[in-house]
Amino acid sequence: MQEQIGEDIRDILDGKSVRSSNRQYSGRKAVRSSGGHDPEGPDNRESFPEMREGATRNPRRNRGNTGRDGDKRGLLKKQTRVPFLFVSYAFVAIFVALIVYIGYFNVRLRDDILNSPYNRRQNDNAVYVVRGEILAKDGTVLAETELDDDGVERRFYPEENKYAHVVGFTANGKSGLESLLNYDLLAAHNNILDRVINEFQGEKNPGDNVVTTLDTELQDVAYEALGDWDGAAVVLEPDTGNVLAMVSKPDFDPNTIAEEWEELVADDSNSQLVNRATQGKYPPGSTFKIVTALAYYRAEGNIEDFFYDCDGSFTVDDNNTVHCFNSYAHGEEDLTEAFANSCNSAFSEIGLEVGARALGDTAEDLLFQEKLPCDIAYSRSAFTLSSGAGDASVVQTAFGQGDTLVSPYHLALIASAIANDGVLMKTNFVDHIESDTGAVVKETKPSQYKTLMTEDEADVLTELMKAVVDEGTASALQGLDYSVACKTGSAEFEMSDGELGTHSWFVGFSDPDDPDIVVAVITENGGTGSSTSLPIAKQIFDAYYD
Amino acid sequence: MNLLTQLSKYFFIFLMLLFTLRDFLYLTRKSEYRKRQLLRGQIVIMFVITIFAFAIIFFHTLDVQVLILLAGILFYYAMTLIGYRLFYGRSSMLLVNNMLMLLGIGLIMIERLYPDQALKQFIIAAGSTAIAFVIPVMIRKLKILEKLTWLYAGIGIAALLGVLALATVSGGAKLSLSVGGITVQFSEIVKITLVFFMAAKLSGDRSFKSVAVTTAVAAAHVIILVLSTDLGTALVFFVAYIVIVFVATRRPVYPLAGLTGGALAAVLAFRLFRHVRARVTAWQDPFAVYETSGYQIVQGLFAISAGGWFGVGLYNGSPFMIPEVSKDFIFAAICEEFGGVFAICLVLVCMNLFLLIVSISMKLHDRFYKLVAIGLGSEYAFQVFLTIGGVTKFIPMTGITLPLVAYGGSSVVSTIIMLAIVQGMYILREDEGDQIAIYKRSGRGNAGTDR
Repeated sequence: MQEQIGEDIRDILDGKSVRSSNRQYSGRKAVRSSGGHDPEGPDNRESFPEMREGATRNPRRNRGNTGRDGDKRGLLKKQTRVPFLFVSYAFVAIFVALIVYIGYFNVRLRDDILNSPYNRRQNDNAVYVVRGEILAKDGTVLAETELDDDGVERRFYPEENKYAHVVGFTANGKSGLESLLNYDLLAAHNNILDRVINEFQGEKNPGDNVVTTLDTELQDVAYEALGDWDGAAVVLEPDTGNVLAMVSKPDFDPNTIAEEWEELVADDSNSQLVNRATQGKYPPGSTFKIVTALAYYRAEGNIEDFFYDCDGSFTVDDNNTVHCFNSYAHGEEDLTEAFANSCNSAFSEIGLEVGARALGDTAEDLLFQEKLPCDIAYSRSAFTLSSGAGDASVVQTAFGQGDTLVSPYHLALIASAIANDGVLMKTNFVDHIESDTGAVVKETKPSQYKTLMTEDEADVLTELMKAVVDEGTASALQGLDYSVACKTGSAEFEMSDGELGTHSWFVGFSDPDDPDIVVAVITENGGTGSSTSLPIAKQIFDAYYD
Repeated sequence: MNLLTQLSKYFFIFLMLLFTLRDFLYLTRKSEYRKRQLLRGQIVIMFVITIFAFAIIFFHTLDVQVLILLAGILFYYAMTLIGYRLFYGRSSMLLVNNMLMLLGIGLIMIERLYPDQALKQFIIAAGSTAIAFVIPVMIRKLKILEKLTWLYAGIGIAALLGVLALATVSGGAKLSLSVGGITVQFSEIVKITLVFFMAAKLSGDRSFKSVAVTTAVAAAHVIILVLSTDLGTALVFFVAYIVIVFVATRRPVYPLAGLTGGALAAVLAFRLFRHVRARVTAWQDPFAVYETSGYQIVQGLFAISAGGWFGVGLYNGSPFMIPEVSKDFIFAAICEEFGGVFAICLVLVCMNLFLLIVSISMKLHDRFYKLVAIGLGSEYAFQVFLTIGGVTKFIPMTGITLPLVAYGGSSVVSTIIMLAIVQGMYILREDEGDQIAIYKRSGRGNAGTDR
């Protein structure tokens, strides 16, 4: 009987037709008779109400089931077995789906889950593994684990404040790359023999080292150039998505963070722990004109037909007046000139022509309110203009004031997409991960994140941004060894004392024909974009082309 | 010590692979001798895994109680294996092996987590296995079983209404009732009575009217369970209903109508009940509701990820970070410490058990028994799917436990009884087959080919 069960399951698994399995039974009859009871007889006649009684209660009737009866039997049997086969298939299918999913989970989903910032479990590995090093692209050590005099492990950051936000810290929770790469740093891929020996001797294995994409030269320059300003600078490679530099100020020393923790957390006015590059939310000011210009181009199909005569101000609803910077009258201008001059009045007009809905759609396409490709902590940018908003709000939003908020990192992403023919690459902080002995464990390959705009749209925006240097607010970047396409911004904000201040913005990329790097800089209350942030960006470009 | 744990995890995976392989090889072997060999091998593996795992637990805890429990479990294995061979030579030994292996894995994991619970689980399992030895006899003697149609329905609905009252009082937090210190989860009993009802109702009269009556009663069960927030059991009942109606009538229109109705009901439940929506939200993005309803599932996912393919080894994981780990989330703890390969083997053993039950059902003559067997088997399989799918975030969590493996007295009792019922019907069938053979060959029949 066991045997027969085996056959049935075999049939189920093989997907054999019931017919053929019946034939099998008769074929095997001779073999079975020596084994003892014949399980086949009763089987063939079961399961029909009218026959059941006889089958189960009166085995005598079972004799002589041969000959022509066989066909009928097979047919009856077939009918009864179909539902069973069907049920079996259905359940086997869901079991198989489950197993495939568990496999998929381990192959594809596992790494992301392991590296989730909520995951505290991986720290258990620290018992067996010494946390690996975090290195700059050129091998400069940014974070390493040392033993102090008592043999206690201690995380050491040789560059102190310079990489504080991007590399992060490991005391009182984790941040930055220390948090992102926690799992990798605590995984050991050294020689398997060494590993076993270490296990035997009760010694810890050295964890893997992470080589980041960070460029020490650019980070140095950005850090120095930002000087005492509060703010942030981001440098990206648009065609690979590699993050070359990321500075945020005010900063802190990750070496002493445990001791200074209370103080740092309590200090609301400076919030040193916040990575302003990715988490800072600032009004975009005139840099938002990139979005407005794109919305206009999408709506009209060209930018040549736009003309505007600027008298230095623009009045909406008869009582709401916006001014160009210093109420300067730009006179007659086309869209390129208005963009280069950063003319608020012209962009107010453009905003009204485009309308709130189209402006919102374009902002959304450029990832406002959306997730950003960013592996470390960041803030989503806010764009809250509703499609039924009044003209005054539309006008404010169109030239970058209003309720819109953006991070320097996000602006750098938008510029990256423009520089890279409309395609935004997924940003990487990690170049590769190697074991203690130098063998490559994991390597990052550039991958596309999303197409934010068409190539044609990217070209139009590039031309506009080139004009900013050629004939507009960034003329300080003329006549250099390299060329730049950019946008400056001066974003008004209300200071804690109620006075109006101005954040200084710069976002742009070098060598527009074959873009090399994207730079985004903000200096808090730094005045106009061209006065403070532009010179900082220029130092970064200079260092890159030096 | 760590080295021992590291090596042992590969050893466990290796043994589990062998066990699973034998489970399926058994189905392809024709020779009785080979089959007996395979079964014997499985028994050895079962003992070795248990002894080895408990040894590791002992080294970690240095608690003599661990050894006492180990002795108890080994004795229980031995008695069950001998008992079935002695009293019911005709029972399916593969089914017994699978049952013991699943129980054993559960006991190992629970002992590593909460030793008190392991002891309790063991006593309940041993007790119910002993009691379940009577069941095959009952099935043989009590011909009345298939006549008690409305008694089953009455017990089922009454028990579930009790649960509903309790759930209403406790705000959906409590689905079991404590009687004299023993907590009974009624829905576990109803799992069996509902199948008996449906089988009894549809084994005779398969008219549309009869199906309609069955549907009404089954729907009453399911609705009461949804109201008392026990979604998992509600789904299990629903699937058993679909399967039994389909097998009884052999008309695809019924399951299709049933599934359509079920889908509509699911949408309706999603709209109506907050607890249903909460489950779906927590499934879609548990990280978004990490602080509240997503916490448990996220911790489970961390555990499964930490384990990877080969696990971190016994005592090397942090299963205690998962709330209720010994109950709903035992599969995550197994994934973490024993690894994904081991866990997949576990799923395969469960699948093997289900296929065994289906094939037994297929071979039974009596329509009533046939339907009971396939109904119970489907319940078992779907419960496995719901709990493992829920823990791994394949489907939304339904708050149901892994039969035999997870901690939970009522669940263990009802699963062991379910399997004993299937065994009982199988033995009955075997004996009848034997009688026939005796008739045919004038007593030359060779009893006990199975051993």
